[in-house]
Amino acid sequence: MSGRIFVYIMLAIAIIFLIGPFIIIFAASFSESEVLSFPPKGFTLHWFKKVITMPMFIKSFETSLWLAVLASLLALLFGIPVAYVLARFDFPGKRFVEILTTLPVIIPQMVAGLALLRIFIIMGIFSIKTTLLIGHTAIVLPFAVRIISSSVLNLPYSIEEAAISLGASRFRVFVNVVLPNTTVGIISAFILTFITSFNNVPISLFLTGPGISTLPIVMMTYMEYYYDPSIAALATLLILITLGVVLTMQKLLGVSKMI
Amino acid sequence: MAFLKLENVSVGYHKNEFVVKDLALDVERGEFVSLLGPSGCGKTTTLRAIAGFLRVQRGRIVINGKVYNNIPPNKRNIGFVFQNYALFPHLNVFENVAFGLKIRRFPKDVIKKKVSEVLEFVGLKGFEERLPSQLSGGQQQRVAIARAIVVKPDLLLMDEPLSNLDAKLRIEMRAELRRMQKELGITTVYVTHDQAEALSLSDRVAVMNQGKIEQFDTPENLFLNPKTLFVAKFVGFQDFVEGEVVDVEVELITVRVGNTTLRARSMNRSSPGMKVILVARPKNFEILKNRSTNSLKGEIVSRIFQGDNILYVVKVPNVGYLKVEIPVENAKWQEREAVFLRVDPENCLAFPKED
Repeated sequence: MSGRIFVYIMLAIAIIFLIGPFIIIFAASFSESEVLSFPPKGFTLHWFKKVITMPMFIKSFETSLWLAVLASLLALLFGIPVAYVLARFDFPGKRFVEILTTLPVIIPQMVAGLALLRIFIIMGIFSIKTTLLIGHTAIVLPFAVRIISSSVLNLPYSIEEAAISLGASRFRVFVNVVLPNTTVGIISAFILTFITSFNNVPISLFLTGPGISTLPIVMMTYMEYYYDPSIAALATLLILITLGVVLTMQKLLGVSKMI
Repeated sequence: MAFLKLENVSVGYHKNEFVVKDLALDVERGEFVSLLGPSGCGKTTTLRAIAGFLRVQRGRIVINGKVYNNIPPNKRNIGFVFQNYALFPHLNVFENVAFGLKIRRFPKDVIKKKVSEVLEFVGLKGFEERLPSQLSGGQQQRVAIARAIVVKPDLLLMDEPLSNLDAKLRIEMRAELRRMQKELGITTVYVTHDQAEALSLSDRVAVMNQGKIEQFDTPENLFLNPKTLFVAKFVGFQDFVEGEVVDVEVELITVRVGNTTLRARSMNRSSPGMKVILVARPKNFEILKNRSTNSLKGEIVSRIFQGDNILYVVKVPNVGYLKVEIPVENAKWQEREAVFLRVDPENCLAFPKED
């Protein structure tokens, strides 16, 4: 019996610490007060109206959106072949490539951001947008490779061999057999890379410049100057959008299949 | 000339480390040949080399007079049936079977006709729309077979296709496989570790051990006249005693075992003084009350009911424990009885003892 009580207590603590902050943000975003406060005073949608009409938020939201989409697509473009090769073939230097794809996770993103800043912006090789895209792609690529690799490993190799014995070329096997059976992994990878890129601060911090900034960076800057509930309203919107995307995907793909 | 010829083929996963070494095998057109052996004997490796999934490091694979060593697996026109069925999970039965036909660019109506014919042949008419996950193991294997044969391959390879099925279904599928293979007349190489399966299905069986073929023969010959001790044990003989050859006649030899002698059939050239191992099947022993020719004295240790027959474990001094199977109707012997075990010299085989 006491074991049961212990479990409930742990559960309550988990809920308070995991969900509590979100509830506070959520409630605060409807507050009439001029400063971010809890419990909220009154009820207004003023702050929501404010954030969706502020050009600075709209512009950076657009930047974040295309950045996240393009970075995720690029990560899939490079990640799918890399994941497939890593999952299926043994070759000299395989370990090295595996470690290479995890480096962006291991190296502090601040360091990576600084390195990219020095190479690309200071040396003026690429524009800020391109550099941002390169940085974000590099950060999210390992996630894509990991998820898709495990998805490929779940597909027995004999299924590919069966297609080969029926006359299919390697390319055809990849397109007609491997891709359709790893769709769930690929979509999961896309969602994860999208969210990772969209929320990224450290890399963007170094690489954003005059005129171009991502939403998280703009939010941080905004908070340094203003302490009104518009940030809470924006956060609420972002949480709802993310939640909506994840839930739709789960509905479409089946919860159990999500990685 | 043989349809499929393996000429001193060596295959391995690492350089100069062969799993299959200098293997030679001839399969005639339309023949059903099994590769039989324990796991790790190289039978699957051989099959995968024929399919082209593994590179042949030495020797040649010749099909219908053409060397296949450097032909990629997708250009070989060889059907392969896998142990785990390996159906395409995202395609239904029709699409699975049609896969090879689509690659061969048959027109739509021809594909439709061929698929429905082959599905009828394997007994799965009406299952076209099902996904593999909605089929039983036996049905999945039928789809896999249909998918492999619909493209009319030159050669059909099967890698333990029945081992994931339950015992009853396995025996049913054996008869089905045999029927399909004979009706199609397709040259087939079949891999299994189940001797009953190999013997009942095949025209000829190659018993493999450590990457080599020990004996390649008809099922009856393997069963009655195994050429090596390994093959003998694989087809149900138990080795029971060692002895020394004292006399050699034309067909039979006399072997001294302890203080008695036994007559046996020598499967190799033998000469007096040679050490041999004697083997016999448990069902070829007779239990007698009194000493007779070719018999050993022992005591019954246990009596185990097996249905059709009773398994007796008999302790023979200086020899060990022997298993003897007696039809249940004649099994009057009880535990702790002193008895004599007689074996007909024809059914007692002698193999040279290897040091």
